[in-house]
Amino acid sequence: MFIKQLSIFVENKPGRLHSIMDALSENGVDISALSIADTTDFGILRIIVSDIDKAREVLREIGVISKVTNVIAVYIDHKIGGLAAVLDHISDAGIGIEYMYAFLGRTEGKALMVLKADDEEMAAEVLSANGVKLASMEEI
Amino acid sequence: MSKMWQPEYEAMPREQIRKDQGEKLCRQVKRMYENVELFRKRMDEKGLKPEDIKGVEDLHKLPFSYKQDLRDYYPYGLFAVPMSEIRRVHASSGTTGKQIVVGYTDNDLEMWADCFARMLTAIGSDENSFVQDAYGLGLFTGGFGAHDGAIRIGATVIPISAGNTARQIQTMIDFGATVLCCTPSYAMYLGEAIEEMGVKDKLKLKAGIFGAEPWTEEMRHQIEEKLGLKAYDIYGLSEIMGPGVSYECEYQCGMHVCEDNFIPEIIDPDTGEVLPEGAQGELVFTTITKEGFPLIRYRTRDICSLNYEPCKCGRTHVRMNKPQGRTDDMLIIRGVNVFPSQIEEVLLNVGGEITPNYQIVVDRKNNTDTFEVNVEMSEAMFSDGVKGIEKIEKLITEKLRSTLGIAPKVNLVNPKSIERSEGKAKRVIDKRKLH
Ligand SMILES: [Zn+2]
Repeated sequence: MFIKQLSIFVENKPGRLHSIMDALSENGVDISALSIADTTDFGILRIIVSDIDKAREVLREIGVISKVTNVIAVYIDHKIGGLAAVLDHISDAGIGIEYMYAFLGRTEGKALMVLKADDEEMAAEVLSANGVKLASMEEI
Repeated sequence: MSKMWQPEYEAMPREQIRKDQGEKLCRQVKRMYENVELFRKRMDEKGLKPEDIKGVEDLHKLPFSYKQDLRDYYPYGLFAVPMSEIRRVHASSGTTGKQIVVGYTDNDLEMWADCFARMLTAIGSDENSFVQDAYGLGLFTGGFGAHDGAIRIGATVIPISAGNTARQIQTMIDFGATVLCCTPSYAMYLGEAIEEMGVKDKLKLKAGIFGAEPWTEEMRHQIEEKLGLKAYDIYGLSEIMGPGVSYECEYQCGMHVCEDNFIPEIIDPDTGEVLPEGAQGELVFTTITKEGFPLIRYRTRDICSLNYEPCKCGRTHVRMNKPQGRTDDMLIIRGVNVFPSQIEEVLLNVGGEITPNYQIVVDRKNNTDTFEVNVEMSEAMFSDGVKGIEKIEKLITEKLRSTLGIAPKVNLVNPKSIERSEGKAKRVIDKRKLH
């Protein structure tokens, strides 16, 4: 039901993001989704990867802090208002969204939306109850 | 009035202290002029004769002495008596360079034991006390200073020296130690071991005397909590004597300087001028009774201030506050004095799992000092939300601003990314010196 996302602390120094990406790819960690939250002082890189344990190990070796976060991924319909409908279900239930980002899924080339809600359990429940299909880790 | 070891000195009226110091100073200057070549040379350079010094009011005219002198005249070049009168030597290696050596006559050792005995008495120890001396007993002054002081008041000494933690704790329990003397970092270490072993309730410790290295109020609280005792600060340096040059009384409001033996002054470290009463500056000591290895106006490089207000304990001897840092460490940023130790203390106290691993980076851009503090991030400090991390940054910045009087730019950096040499982190990068 939940997708395991890796949240990574990125120092505000030139080349930091680059060295993280390099270390992951050199060690055969495949990145299927990526987003970055940036401030003037630091960044948080959020990625969904093929092998999360391996990724954490690689990051620890290069002295970078990471944390596993549970997020929800939903397929976005191509019809108009597809995304709005999903968001409506969540806000109607009084659940807040901390951040979201889209990426292209592996299956059928469909777009997926990653959601981080303040109450993960409830968000998943509400969406399932309203017939919204949640993507599983395998589908990504 | 509290119990004193030598009330005739400890509570001497201030005018009388000054008179007594003046007489001792004149004698000391004369003796040193006759016996110490370097001192005579420096006096001659200033055109000064011993008879020009008539009292404490003339102290400021005398030449300074420096740590480097001890290295230049190593080993016995600054001693003021024949070696046949030297009963004991001590040495300290320091972190830089050659070791230094100091020597004591019988009278010097008597005087030292009395100074330490004053502290033991002030914190409530007497012949019924058991003093566990866990300072290193050897060339280092700490061990023998505590040893002789404890014997002087008639207490039972447990001369266990430093190290061997398990045996240390077992001895403390079995022998019924009531006073512990060691370095504050070793006290912390012992406290943690006692906590792990769960034997705190078997201890009889009432007081601890901790000195010989800098420690924070936060450490004091932790030591008191873990060892179940009251932790007292003691100050000393081997060049002047060893531990007991100054010490906290039961009121813990600064450290009383044994003024019948040492005259303290506070000077501007750059100009050498004596600063007005209460001002913060470099601490300078003159030993007025020491025979074997006397020093006039010795630059300690410690930064502190002196308080001549009468103390609640009844002692009239001036109180010095805990040194705020070393002149070597002090940074002046936008006209404000900043010590790395202040930043460490803030980080230890700010809460929220913040690491005390930091680095200060100072630079000058457009004629203004820039001031940044890098703080190492930990897993516990990191959260997936931007706001949570920004909150930590703001908290640190605010606490540093209120403590230092100027606000640094705080950068959170990767764990273990701060440059270390031989295990010690490089705390200060001052790029202003490069321009
Ligand atoms: Zn007092």
